[in-house]
Formats: sequence, C-alpha cells, structure tokens
Amino acid sequence: MTSSMAPGNAQTSTWMLRLGQTLRAMASRPSGAIGLAIVLIHLLIALSSPWLVPFDYKAISSLLILSPPDAVHWWGTDHLGRDVFTRTLLGGREAILVTLIATPLAVAWGGFVGIYMGLVGGKLDDVLMRLVDALLALPWILKMLLMIATFGTGLGVLIPTLAFFYGIPVIRIARAAAHNVVARDFVLAARARGHGRLSTIGRELLPNVLDALLVEGAMRWSWMLLAFSSLSFLGFGVSPPTPDWGLMVADSRTFLAIAPWSGLYPIAALSSLIIGINLTADALAKTLGVDRAQKAPI
Amino acid sequence: MLRMILRRLLLGAVTVGLVSLIIFTAVEVLPGDACTALLKQDAQGQRLTNCRQELGLERSATLRYFDWASSALTGDLGFSAHSTKRISELVADRLKNSLLLGIMALAVGLPLAFLAGILAALQRDKWLDLVLSGLAIGAMTIPEFVSATMLILVFSGWLGWLPGIVLTPPSAPLHEFFPAIVLPVAALAMVMTAHILRTVRSSMIEVLDSDYVRMATLKGVPYRTMVWRHVLPNALLPAINVVALTVAWLLGGVVVIEMVFNYPGLGRLMISAISDRDLALVQAIALIVAAVYVLVNLLADLLTLVANPRLRTAARRLS
Repeated sequence: MTSSMAPGNAQTSTWMLRLGQTLRAMASRPSGAIGLAIVLIHLLIALSSPWLVPFDYKAISSLLILSPPDAVHWWGTDHLGRDVFTRTLLGGREAILVTLIATPLAVAWGGFVGIYMGLVGGKLDDVLMRLVDALLALPWILKMLLMIATFGTGLGVLIPTLAFFYGIPVIRIARAAAHNVVARDFVLAARARGHGRLSTIGRELLPNVLDALLVEGAMRWSWMLLAFSSLSFLGFGVSPPTPDWGLMVADSRTFLAIAPWSGLYPIAALSSLIIGINLTADALAKTLGVDRAQKAPI
Repeated sequence: MLRMILRRLLLGAVTVGLVSLIIFTAVEVLPGDACTALLKQDAQGQRLTNCRQELGLERSATLRYFDWASSALTGDLGFSAHSTKRISELVADRLKNSLLLGIMALAVGLPLAFLAGILAALQRDKWLDLVLSGLAIGAMTIPEFVSATMLILVFSGWLGWLPGIVLTPPSAPLHEFFPAIVLPVAALAMVMTAHILRTVRSSMIEVLDSDYVRMATLKGVPYRTMVWRHVLPNALLPAINVVALTVAWLLGGVVVIEMVFNYPGLGRLMISAISDRDLALVQAIALIVAAVYVLVNLLADLLTLVANPRLRTAARRLS
C-alpha cells in the first residue's frame, strides 16, 4: 500500500490487487487466456454492436430471401431477407444481459442462504436441505416451463426465475464450503468476541467461501446462457423481431439445407461464448485452487 | 435389506407427492381456472357458474387437490382444456414415443459411454484419452438444440442419408418411427454419453490411484486380472447413480430435442400445452415426468444396493 492512500481505501485496493493478480494468473494459462479473450470479445461486441452493425436488424426484403453471403451481406440473409451478420452481432445482447443480471443474483442469494445454513445448522437446515434436494430433483426445463406456464414469458419473469432456480445448487456449494471453516478457531473466536451471525458471515466466512462461489458463479453463467438460449429456441425467451441466437437457430431450422449460413453463424457465436466461459471457469478454478468436481447442469 | 428398499420406496412416493403439491399450487396461484380456459370469451355470468359447479371448482383447494391427486393415482388425469379428449388418452401415445426415444438413446449411449470412459481412464493422458475427453467436453458444453441442428445439417442436409424431421403421427406403431428416429436418438445419446463418460472416467481414475490397486500391482497381480477384478467392480458401481441422474437430466434434453426434430413425444406436447395455456395438461405432464424421474432414481438405488456387497452387509445389519 502506498502511503498516499486513505485508510478507507485500503480494503478496496487489496481487492483490486487480488483481482488483478487472479486475472494475470488466469491469463498465464493457455485455457484461461483463450477463454478470457473470447468472453471479452463477446462482451465488447454486445456493448458496441448497435453502433457497429451495417443494417437494420428488422429490415425485411422480399428480394433478398435466403441469399448467400456476398460483398454486401457478408453472412447472407435469412428467410425474411434480413442481414445475418447484423442479427448475429446483436443476437447475444439479451442473453448476455439477462444472464449477467441473473447470475450474480443467483450466487448472492444462494451463497447467503448456504453460508447461513452452514453456520446455524439445526432443524431449519435439515428441512431446507430436503427442500433443496426436492427442487434439484426436477429437470431444469420442467421447472422453467412450469414457471413460464404460470407467470408467462418476458424478461420480468425469466430473470427472477433463472436467478431463483440457479441459486439453489449454489446453496449446497456454499453450505459445504462454510461447513469446512465453521469449526475453525477464527470463527469460534469471532463468535466468542460477541460478533453476531451476520458480522461473522461477512467478516469470517464469506472471505473463505468466496473462491468457491466465484468458480460456481462462472459455471452457473454458462449453464444459464445455455438455458436461456434453449428457452429462446423453444419460443419462450426473447420475442421476435428482436434478434437472438436461440431464436435465429429455431428460425433457420427449416431452411438449413438450402441456406446453412442463416443458422451456422448464430450457432458459432453462441457456442464460442459458452466454450469461452467454460475455459475461463476452468482456469479460474485452477488458479484459485477450487476443486471443481463434475456437476450436473442444475 | 427389505427395510432399506421399503424406505427408498417410501421416500420416492414422498418426493412425487411433494412435486404434485408444488405443481398444484403453482397452477392454483394463477388467475383463471379450467372453466375460463374452456369457455374463453363466454366465461361470465351463469355459464361460468354452471361450469364451475359441473367441474366442482367451487370446492376448497385442499379438497380439489386430493381429488386430483387420487384420480391421478388411478391413471385418470382429467380433461384437456383445448380438446375434449381425456388427458390420459392424449398422453399415452406421446409417453410411449418419448420412452422409445429415451430407451433407444440409453441402449446406444450406455455401452458406448462405459466403454469409452474405461478406455479413456486406462489410457489416461495419452492421445486416446485426450480425444475422447475433448469430444465429451465439447458435447456437454454445446446446447442440445445446437448439436441437434448440426446433426440435421450434416446427415440430412448435406449427406441426405436420413430424414431431418419426424413426420410420423403420434399414434403410429413404433416401427414406423424408423429411420426418422435415428437422428433424434443420436442427438440425445451424444449428450448422455458425454456426461456418463466423464463420470466413469473419473471414477475409474480414482480407483486406479487407490492404495489397494497399487498393492495389487506390487503383489504382481497381472494387469488384466487387476482391471477386471479390482478396478472395474469398484469403479462402475458409483457410476450407476450418476447414470440415473443423467437420465433424469435427459428428460429435460428430450423436450428440446423433440422440438428440433418435430418428434411427437411428451416434451413437444408439453410445449404446445404451455403455448395454449392448457394448465390441466401441463400439470399432468409435469407429474408424469417427475414420476419417471423418481422411478429411475429408485431403480438405480436398488441396483446399487443389490450389486454393492458393502451396502448389502450394511443393509443386513440395519434390518
């Protein structure tokens, strides 16, 4: 720490320092470097694409239906004559936005409940874990579809639903990670000093569980993206004419044999982002030394 | 042993009961009921009251839940809001078709996954393992609708070997689904194989690294005998439960894959039921899926119990 820094900033700057160190360590692994680069490029495109794209994403043209890639329409046009390049560049924005909001929410609520249960234990913990098991027992798509059938589609439903269901497996991870430190001396000391539960969680448990939560969050992000695109593909996510990769693949299905470009570019975009996130999560797990056992999607 | 099995059965029944309660409540909090769905714009005044009386919707939610649950137990799932058919009729063909898809995928994927997983573990970090594990990770990370679409593009669009979508009506006899079923089965088996392969591989590696295997090697047990007698039984038993979990997870994948291939199964029926807001049908399908899930896990538990000598002894001691 340099002396010019105010004492209040000390903690923030340690965090920044650690973040920088972690990122650098991740980038020094080939998988991490590639993964981070892919994710970064996707984020940059998602942010800037409205100003980059050459065409209007909803401009329909009967003269350009399924025309192959050429000098004007670099990636060809779809079944309504819309520019595939434009739509692919824009097609990740909703998915990335939704998952980037829902993932931190999921990790936050699941993490808090998990740590709290790990600290408190007892009857409440028993009952809650049975409930968690029962909810984890249902296939993800059934849970999502039930919620959609009940509350309808739209981002106002999808974001809380994704955040809720994807937070449930986080409870387990956080609880297990908290269990490992609850009995340690520094936690007992904090309790003995008279710290309340919340302050013990914030000061003693959270810093020790954070690594596991970060890795879990990265993994959840990729699963959530997969779920969101699948829902869009099924017609329950983004509503047309807003461009979305899942929706574009669904639209291109019938014409795939005669116009593969209308489906292949969105497929490549979605796949590369998911693979990039997975590589990043893998590098993060290795850098932080978190044992990432194989996990089911939800 | 018997007591343990009974306990498992009871636990499975409780799970299904819990799920049915969740499903019922989810639909209950929704505005509108079966009558508003049936009558649509006519749903007002006397007709609505009559309909509600006829279907018994005036009664309390608790009563209706027990009514619904007890008739579901006897196989009567009520009426669909959009066709006048009984739900059990609508669902029967679809369930049969989905089971055909799932069982075919299991029949193809299971042996493949175990074989590839065992080979990958025995050849750990050599090129065969790298290729197999790489393929598995690829198949696991890519969404099902993407891999399924790619299969259609390659085998139907470019090579023209197989039909890309299924045009067979839901009630057709099973053999009429060939050859259109090949690509959906392949898509489903691909994801499943990847998951099980990874599990078998890591389970095998754990055992290969264990002290007793090292001991056997040092003792001079031939490699073949060691793999067959020491490694495989110990490594494959824990994999059974993961297979069950994967199968359950497949129930989700089935929905997507049925949509991609236009396959007349339960998943596609559910999607159209949701689009039509046919809640009675959604409830029924969700209940069936949950029951299948619990059944599969129950089967896996029992299989592990029967096959694992350690659990067998523990069970005997318990009872």
